[in-house]
Amino acid sequence: MPTLTINGQEIEVEANTTVLQAAEELGIQIPRFCYHDRLSIAGNCRMCLVEMEGPPKPIASCAMPVGEGMVIHTNSEVAVKAQKGAMEFLLINHPLDCPICDQGGECDLQDQAVAFGRGDSRFTEHKRAVKDKYLGPLIATSMTRCITCTRCVRFATEIAGVEELGATFRGEETEIGNYIEEALTSELSGNLVDVCPVGALTNQAYAFNARPWELRKTESIDVHDAVGCNIRIDCRGAEVLRVLPRLHEDVNEEWLSDRSRYAVDGLARQRLDQPYVRLDGKLKPASWDAAFAAIKARMDGLDGGRMAAIAGDMADVEAMLALKELFTALGSANLDCRQDGAKIGGKHRGGYLFNTSIAGIEDADALLLVGVNPRWEATLVNARIRKRWLRGGLAIGVIGGVSGPGDDLTYKYDYLGAGPATLAEIANGSHAFAKVLADAERPMIVLGSGAVARDDGAAVLDLAHRVADQGGMITDEWNGFNILHRAASRVGGLDLGFLPGQGGRDVAGIVDGAGKGEIDLIWLLGADEIDMAGLGQAFVVYQGHHGDAGAHRADVILPGAAYTEKDATWVNTEGRVQLGRRAAYPPGEAREDWTILRAFSAVVDQPLPYDNLAQLRQHMVEAVPGLGAVDEVGPGEMGAFGVAGEVGGAPFESPVTDYYLANAICRASPVMAECSRLYLGGEEATGTDG
Amino acid sequence: MSFMRNSVRSLLLWEIVEGMALTFSYMFRKKVTINYPYEKGPLGPRFRGEHALRRYPNGEERCIACKLCEAICPAQAITIEAEPRDDGSRRTTRYDIDMTKCIYCGYCEEACPVDAIVEGPNFEFATESREELFYDKDKLLANGERWEREIAANIAADAPYR
Repeated sequence: MPTLTINGQEIEVEANTTVLQAAEELGIQIPRFCYHDRLSIAGNCRMCLVEMEGPPKPIASCAMPVGEGMVIHTNSEVAVKAQKGAMEFLLINHPLDCPICDQGGECDLQDQAVAFGRGDSRFTEHKRAVKDKYLGPLIATSMTRCITCTRCVRFATEIAGVEELGATFRGEETEIGNYIEEALTSELSGNLVDVCPVGALTNQAYAFNARPWELRKTESIDVHDAVGCNIRIDCRGAEVLRVLPRLHEDVNEEWLSDRSRYAVDGLARQRLDQPYVRLDGKLKPASWDAAFAAIKARMDGLDGGRMAAIAGDMADVEAMLALKELFTALGSANLDCRQDGAKIGGKHRGGYLFNTSIAGIEDADALLLVGVNPRWEATLVNARIRKRWLRGGLAIGVIGGVSGPGDDLTYKYDYLGAGPATLAEIANGSHAFAKVLADAERPMIVLGSGAVARDDGAAVLDLAHRVADQGGMITDEWNGFNILHRAASRVGGLDLGFLPGQGGRDVAGIVDGAGKGEIDLIWLLGADEIDMAGLGQAFVVYQGHHGDAGAHRADVILPGAAYTEKDATWVNTEGRVQLGRRAAYPPGEAREDWTILRAFSAVVDQPLPYDNLAQLRQHMVEAVPGLGAVDEVGPGEMGAFGVAGEVGGAPFESPVTDYYLANAICRASPVMAECSRLYLGGEEATGTDG
Repeated sequence: MSFMRNSVRSLLLWEIVEGMALTFSYMFRKKVTINYPYEKGPLGPRFRGEHALRRYPNGEERCIACKLCEAICPAQAITIEAEPRDDGSRRTTRYDIDMTKCIYCGYCEEACPVDAIVEGPNFEFATESREELFYDKDKLLANGERWEREIAANIAADAPYR
């Protein structure tokens, strides 16, 4: 623990910290561009020069490890002169186009030029100009503004795991780019916009839309996958203009996946903004009263067993609780929140959680992925696995989920097999990877929905549980058994017990029953991914925010709020309870989902016992105490789950076939449609989409 | 003595006579009033009158939608919306000034990096309804075309002091 003195203040820090980090601990600001907490140190912008007593020249504080007895001055004459000089050099080739630059107002170069620059320019020669590069539909480039800090290169190489960016030529001619003009093939590419300290890489979808000072910023939670990324929603008026990641070390660090960041333009399109009722085969706009009356007319005299409710992938806990209590009061046990038909849930929470926790991945030393493509199903979990893998000493085995051994997950893995047979081999110890797991100190197994959402899902779950037990994955201080969810609503729904009750039907049973005429009324809470064609003559109530598959099939549409438009709770795949906050109001006559259910409950004379959100939350915490502990991961107690039985031979397949069009919001987003066409070669635009 | 003098002066209404004499003397001096609206007084080049959006000589609009005028406006009279134009350049799709909110402080003009929004020499834009004072981009550009010669001359005259 060396001790050093910075600006007269003494501090003792860890041996491998740098001078810049030590200064930061003291609250001393040193300007920097190329240095970034989560990237390797490059030391090429020279902005962080400080004076060190001893050497004749100033030192780059970001790259200088601390030493015993160092004496540093960050604001001495030498340091200030060096910083001013570095800033002047950086500004030599930087164009003076701040007024048309999207970074204007939130630009590191602008801020630091004011704080640490000399205030005027002595440069009268010609400025350099650089051709703009094509980095895909998500990132707008203006490479003349680039100060070649190489943060983007390091981000792409280290965090995103795609070695597609680099610097070409030398000296003043240095250019950052992707040697071949192709779109970046990363689901984390949007973060390049955040790491770029200047306006060289900006958000294409947000281009020229707004200035940072116009935006209303709301801290909320992302629901495009089950990671529960912490986000900041930037709105102007009622319009969500962009989404940025918010720091949460245990969940998303400071990154965000492209779908979460760029699908927000879908929030303004295909919205359900008033109730509809199907009359003579056509959906007609109606009032709330008429819509409720139409449902009540169909419900009257209907036995509870002939009604069912399915919660979709983005439903919040409050709405699911209200729907569950409404249907329980109506006498229905046909409830399910597992749209994909996963055979999970029950009283042992450990059986459906990502028990290791996302941050816990960094402690693992062996990993078995079963039926999951984490790159598409939970991009930031994948980034965390890559971060751990880069440190070395992590053996990764993959069973199914990816399209084959060559599929790029951004880290190296052993492709062990495609189906449950391989998992069974590991379970009985005859597979080589079983030894790897047994030898590891902190092994983990991750099951995707591709492994449990199938007919033999319960048997696969049991098999995986056995693998976990035999591999020594579950000890007092380590739990290596993990389910990786895809849907933000899933864990919340399972916690609530939004599951078939006594004698109730699950999703497959509901769809099957509807097809056979045994179910007469289905309430879809934002559920779009079930087989709508199989619902037969059932009366379908769709409560949701986008006109997607569910709304097409619906007989009554109740317009709800999207995730940016309600104060609501979601539980991420680790079991972490997080609060989303309203950034804008729902469009038109749309309402927050729980209020719709509360209003309807009064129509059918089963009023729910809460009239405002506080009462509902109190009720929710009484029902499930764990939901009151915000930002805490509740205990995932293990127990008996899964059903021992024969596993089938079908290979595990990841259910995500198109990362960019995975939910109703994405499918309404032109940017996501463009990405899907470009990256996955989807269908050509027909002119009627978007 | 002073008592006598004061008494005589008040008896003869001397102050009134003095005042009347001063008034009468103006009959022989040069007139300071002008016959508005047929005659108008001189305006300085920094006069802050009706707003206008200018164009470059080649017809391209100057405004680049940087929104600095919107940000600086103390009365929040300016509303701008922007998006990339077909050629990829940054342009406004909406540029509104609520002239009933405007306090004619001239900050917008000072903030503008490209001399696009200016307060021209026109001060005669009274209207019969409020609605006519909600200026949009077309109206402001039309103002710019109408007043360009005067505005350019004013900016040139003021340039040495900026």
